[in-house]
Amino acid sequence: MHFAQPVLRVFVTRRIPQEGLELLQRAAVCTVSLWDSDEPVPRAELLKGVEGAHGLLCLLSDRIDAEVLDAAGPNLKVISTMSVGFDHLAIDEIKKRSIRVGYTPDVLTDATAELTVALLLATARRLPEGIQEVKSGGWSSWKPLWLCGYGLSGSTVGVIGLGRIGLAVARRLKPFGVKRLLYSGRQPKPQAQEVDGEYVPLDSLLCESDFVVVSCALSPETQGLCDKAFFTKMKTTAVFINTSRGAVVNQEDLYEALTAGQIAAAGLDVTTPEPLPTDHPLLALKNCVVLPHIGSATYSTRGIMAKLTANNLLAGLTGEAMPSELKL
Amino acid sequence: MSGWSQLQFELWDSDDPIPRQELLKKVKGCDGLLCVLTEKIDAEVLNAAGPNLKVLSTMSVGFDHLSLGELKKRGIRVGYTPEVLTDAVAELTIALLLATSRRLIEATHEAKTGGWGTWRTLWLCGYELADSTVGIFGLGRIGVAIAERLKPFKVKKFIYTDVAPRPELAAAIQAEYVSMDELARQSDFLAVCCALTPETQGICNKNLFSKMKNTSIFINTSRGGVVNQEDLYEALSTGQIAGAGLDVTVPEPLPTNHPLFTLKNCVILPHIASASYTTRNAMSALAANNLLAGLRGEPMPKELQL
Repeated sequence: MHFAQPVLRVFVTRRIPQEGLELLQRAAVCTVSLWDSDEPVPRAELLKGVEGAHGLLCLLSDRIDAEVLDAAGPNLKVISTMSVGFDHLAIDEIKKRSIRVGYTPDVLTDATAELTVALLLATARRLPEGIQEVKSGGWSSWKPLWLCGYGLSGSTVGVIGLGRIGLAVARRLKPFGVKRLLYSGRQPKPQAQEVDGEYVPLDSLLCESDFVVVSCALSPETQGLCDKAFFTKMKTTAVFINTSRGAVVNQEDLYEALTAGQIAAAGLDVTTPEPLPTDHPLLALKNCVVLPHIGSATYSTRGIMAKLTANNLLAGLTGEAMPSELKL
Repeated sequence: MSGWSQLQFELWDSDDPIPRQELLKKVKGCDGLLCVLTEKIDAEVLNAAGPNLKVLSTMSVGFDHLSLGELKKRGIRVGYTPEVLTDAVAELTIALLLATSRRLIEATHEAKTGGWGTWRTLWLCGYELADSTVGIFGLGRIGVAIAERLKPFKVKKFIYTDVAPRPELAAAIQAEYVSMDELARQSDFLAVCCALTPETQGICNKNLFSKMKNTSIFINTSRGGVVNQEDLYEALSTGQIAGAGLDVTVPEPLPTNHPLFTLKNCVILPHIASASYTTRNAMSALAANNLLAGLRGEPMPKELQL
């Protein structure tokens, strides 16, 4: 005699890349309810969709708080997010309910470090300005000092938060002739040796760096870290890059610093909010490059993230070890 | 250039190029001429200068604007600026490569014009360097510097083509020598780093593009004349290659109504590869020192072998 297996129900908040969806469907472990759109699931639909779910696969645009967890009910045993950041998850509430969490560290490190370097170079060498001049007829002929930028050769680079991504960025910048690689954080990291990284207080990093790269997680400690005091300490020829989370930066203070010439230029892949409204003052500045959060946006990486997210979810449903579990 | 009591120099004191007629007038009777790449130094200019002219110093590493045959005939020495600009040019080449492969210009445009919604899984996805094959067309100082900088991006393989193998340079970056056809077939990223010569004129044409992968990225920071721009337009607009980044074009400036500007997957910069403050100052100093050495009949820091 066969006892029917209780059907495990999963809610997926977005149309994720095929590689991930196929894994869920082929595993035949759960029924998948999918918000089949490229756009985020509206809040009301999310609250409805999670009712009775055993598993929830979400993106960083979905705020998973007590309201969502209550709407889901006691079945919910795993949340799998297709991101390495988890500031959109109410960790305390999730821990309280003994729900396991999967996320996607490591697999997106290369793509994100690559984009961070791309943004740093585009900002330091004034690529968007150059392209604007070309399109608008501002390009007349080769001129010795036109569109000159700041080179990495002989420079000091400061990385705030030498984690996986910070270290990967440092590795990629080194062969450009960087003279000194500084980093700050809660404690020194042994892996910094690989890039001859020097652990320094934040203030020293700010005073001495030609390029400041913010690569830390968003936490109560780092919220609003990059403020007026921060920018005041930086060199007037310095370039500021943030690809971590928008809330680490006080945007009004950044605008002031850029317009008053306190720093030379800034490049941001993350803002508050996202998207940044098109009339936001930062978007009008020639020396500010804003990208729409594309750090991990390569075909191969997004496909791998989708597979990992699916595998984390499946492992959580069947009570097995996850490929990448977030320690709560 | 101070401290030379007998040196009289005249400066075209403008950011803009000297008009041809002015150039022909001003060079009359000169012993030395310091120029940039916008001046075509041919028989007409050399004749206008007359027999005093013994040194020509260009503030560039490229010398396709100089009539070498005419200069050699007249026994005029030539100074140029290799090496001091290698870092800046390699850096800009990679900036351009990444801006193209990761679609930065499309992205900044979307951010400014309201195309940016919330985070989406496949929006603005690009092609990664990790696990790729990078091909270099013309392996010189700049080609090697580019490869050195790309290595930590986890490039799987470097390949190159040139008139002949360059074993010493290739060893530094562990690059394999291949034919031009193989370079086209295997490269995920193809960077053109050769000099412009009669042999390389228009060499990047439909023959090359048709053999490339439809996911490949083509980058040119050498000279515009190496690329057949009509063929490039065809290749980009029909999806034969995924994207192209150019820092050099024909002509310069490229007219704003040129078809290449209509393509989202073509990034065009106004020849700024060596445009960093420190580099332009170093080039300027070197060009001056080359000129002074030539006037004194001494060895130049960087003399072009004619």
